[in-house]
Amino acid sequence: MAEPRIIIVGAGPSGTRAAQACVAAGLRPIVIDEARRDGGQIYRRQPDNFTRPYAKLYGTEAGRAQVLHETFDGLKGAIDYRPETLVWNIAGGHVWTASGTVQKAMPFDALLLCTGATDRLMPVKGWQFAGAYSLGGAQVALKSQAVSIGHKVVLMGSGPLLYLVASQYVEAGADVAAVLDTSPFSARVKALPDLLAMPSVLWNGVALTRALKRAGVAVHLGVTPVEIMGDAESGVSGIRFRTGSGKEETVRCDAVAIGHHLRPETQLADLARCAFTFDAGTRQWLPERDGDGRSSVAGVYLAGDGAKILGARSAEASGRLAALAALADLGLPVDKGEMTSLRGDVANYAKFARGLARAFPWPSAQAAVLPDDAILCRCEGVTAGDLRGVMRETGAQEANRAKAFSRVGMGRCQGRYCGLAAAELIAAESGVPIEQVGRLRGQAPVKPLPIAIGDET
Amino acid sequence: MSGAMSAASDVIIVGGGLMGSSAALFLRGHGISVTLLEADLIGRQASGTNFGNVRRQGRGIHQLPLANRAIAIWRRSRELLGADVEYLQSGHIRVCYRERPELVGSMEEYAAQARAEGLDLELLSGNALRDKFPFFGPDVLAGSYSPTDGHANPRLAAPAFARAAERLGAMIHENTKIVDAQKVGEDFIVTAADGRTFRAPTLLITAGAWGNALSSQFGEPVPIVPRGPNMSVTEPVPYAILPAVGVMTPIEEETVYFRQVARGNIVLGGSTRGPSFPDQYRAYVEPQNTLSQLKQIRRLAPSLGKLNIIRVWSGIEGYMPDSQPVMGPSATTSGLYYAFGFSGSGFQIGPGVGETMAEIIAKGGTDIPMGPYQIERFAAG
Repeated sequence: MAEPRIIIVGAGPSGTRAAQACVAAGLRPIVIDEARRDGGQIYRRQPDNFTRPYAKLYGTEAGRAQVLHETFDGLKGAIDYRPETLVWNIAGGHVWTASGTVQKAMPFDALLLCTGATDRLMPVKGWQFAGAYSLGGAQVALKSQAVSIGHKVVLMGSGPLLYLVASQYVEAGADVAAVLDTSPFSARVKALPDLLAMPSVLWNGVALTRALKRAGVAVHLGVTPVEIMGDAESGVSGIRFRTGSGKEETVRCDAVAIGHHLRPETQLADLARCAFTFDAGTRQWLPERDGDGRSSVAGVYLAGDGAKILGARSAEASGRLAALAALADLGLPVDKGEMTSLRGDVANYAKFARGLARAFPWPSAQAAVLPDDAILCRCEGVTAGDLRGVMRETGAQEANRAKAFSRVGMGRCQGRYCGLAAAELIAAESGVPIEQVGRLRGQAPVKPLPIAIGDET
Repeated sequence: MSGAMSAASDVIIVGGGLMGSSAALFLRGHGISVTLLEADLIGRQASGTNFGNVRRQGRGIHQLPLANRAIAIWRRSRELLGADVEYLQSGHIRVCYRERPELVGSMEEYAAQARAEGLDLELLSGNALRDKFPFFGPDVLAGSYSPTDGHANPRLAAPAFARAAERLGAMIHENTKIVDAQKVGEDFIVTAADGRTFRAPTLLITAGAWGNALSSQFGEPVPIVPRGPNMSVTEPVPYAILPAVGVMTPIEEETVYFRQVARGNIVLGGSTRGPSFPDQYRAYVEPQNTLSQLKQIRRLAPSLGKLNIIRVWSGIEGYMPDSQPVMGPSATTSGLYYAFGFSGSGFQIGPGVGETMAEIIAKGGTDIPMGPYQIERFAAG
């Protein structure tokens, strides 16, 4: 039998560990990644000519980042690595890639989707102004290019990334005007039993908040964002919010980063026609998979935060586990004992992730009260009032129907940034349970594709 | 819902696309009670996913009376529907390539025949076209410009017709998949998958690619083939291209077309059509079709090669072997009418089809020539 063709999409923690397992089994997997360098988002590597040390770039995660990067560097001769390459579609047993304007269709026997996550965003009035970023975007600016998103920065939302980005900005010498956390302290107390599944990570989180306090950064818990102030000409000028006790306050700033934890990048799983189910805990639709990462489609495996948000450490374990499952399915020998142990690790990370979701809840109710004049879909410039008006006129109560009539989610991000909030708004407005609102159908290309694309000449 | 609830009306329409929705609206105009049954949601397949050409030129000459009737409805669509379906009478250009100079003669001949049917076309050389519309590439030899054609938004059109019909009293049931239809005595009894039944003395089948499943129940199978159109859309760019544009060619792969919407996005369509899955109500765009479409678009309008597409889509269309719809009365069963199988070119004529079918049902006939559409042409033997 010819060597099985394994394609891994993504070179972050789960993709790297998946590739390592395939190489150890004597195979040469294809690893396709959109980025210029490996590492994914959380362990994003700086450009070649940048020389900041690991401790400076990754803080408490420096050791893990370094080991992961060295692992990938060690694999380079043994894998077919294709950086700066977009998988824009999956069909007919092939992944369809674009590297600039050069297209290629590659067949696979096993496909491991290690596609990672993006910020989960709750729109705030004014979030379309220049100077408004996602927390992940703010972190990319710092890690990749060593720049801050502004002179005076506010970080707003909830989730571990809020504190990580804040501390990284403080550490890098940026002026952090405030950290505005929408989750109340009480949520953290309730989440403590699950968070104790990973005491060291919990401790890192506590240490981050203490360091922010020591640095004199104002941290507000239980806030409600009211508005990102500014105008189309000069961008962000400040943040209006209500404190936990209901008092309205204003912070001046010229940039803001927002986010409420993360959402998985599931479009490729969707294009591969994997089945999805609604996850009530995170109020998201997630691709179905068994405990080892097998999707509902034979030969397609899902790992890391691209399948469900369980964090970078879990991504390493689930990437390796999914690769072992793929190898076993291809009839290659695998260490069953190791698979059992990896399953245990992933289960423990899942407990911790449940705690994080509880500690930093998605403020779904904010979508319901988003003012009519607030932009909901930034790509298409559709306001919350536009969507409500379309619903009243047409009776649309389903995500794709509302998209067809209102354009929400029809733009270049295909609803990856506004889709979850739009679904919450539709559910609140129509009184339909969120799971009945459904999920936006994914369409190729998952990211914009040049019309100039063609075969290599 | 289950059980044998039986709802009665004058007419049952099966299929809530543009044909069925507009027929429902015009039947209400005749004071006839209507029940419209749709297996999925109104206008989700061919009617909602097509390119959006509101184009008369290029249609068979025999179809122009129907197309003229339709254009009059499109022009008053805002008043008629109480909704904006983004109809723009901004022109349509059909071009041919240098490799096929013989098509210029065909264009001239067509223009002469069309003029007799009230459609004025202006023939332009490639250079004259490029002076007026600088986006055309050097391969374009000549073109036929129809200033009174244009385009509209398919996502909005059929649902707007259905809402207008509903406001006038039509009863519309979505998510109502019909599994059985038969004539019992003077009435048709139509049964949904969940057991609900509907009863009426007149039945109109406007079920698109699913039409054959129903016509077969009345002994009139037709060789319809479901296929999916191949659509893409670019990111928005400044609004500059007013007319819709298409290629006249005998080669399927070359048949691409595009139009820019006022918001700025350019909708691309055509080249090879893909397979579709009527049972799942899904059609997928095959990646190789997207690539062949983009290649042909670059040939037609090279400057579009600087843009990106942000999304592709498809839907389920029903194609007849002669590209003509099945339209008119059944040959086996009195009170039964058909309007389906529009073969990828039903959008422009859709409202005209609805008005004509309503006229036939209400008055027993129409002046619109219906000969080419009779279902008997597929009768065995």
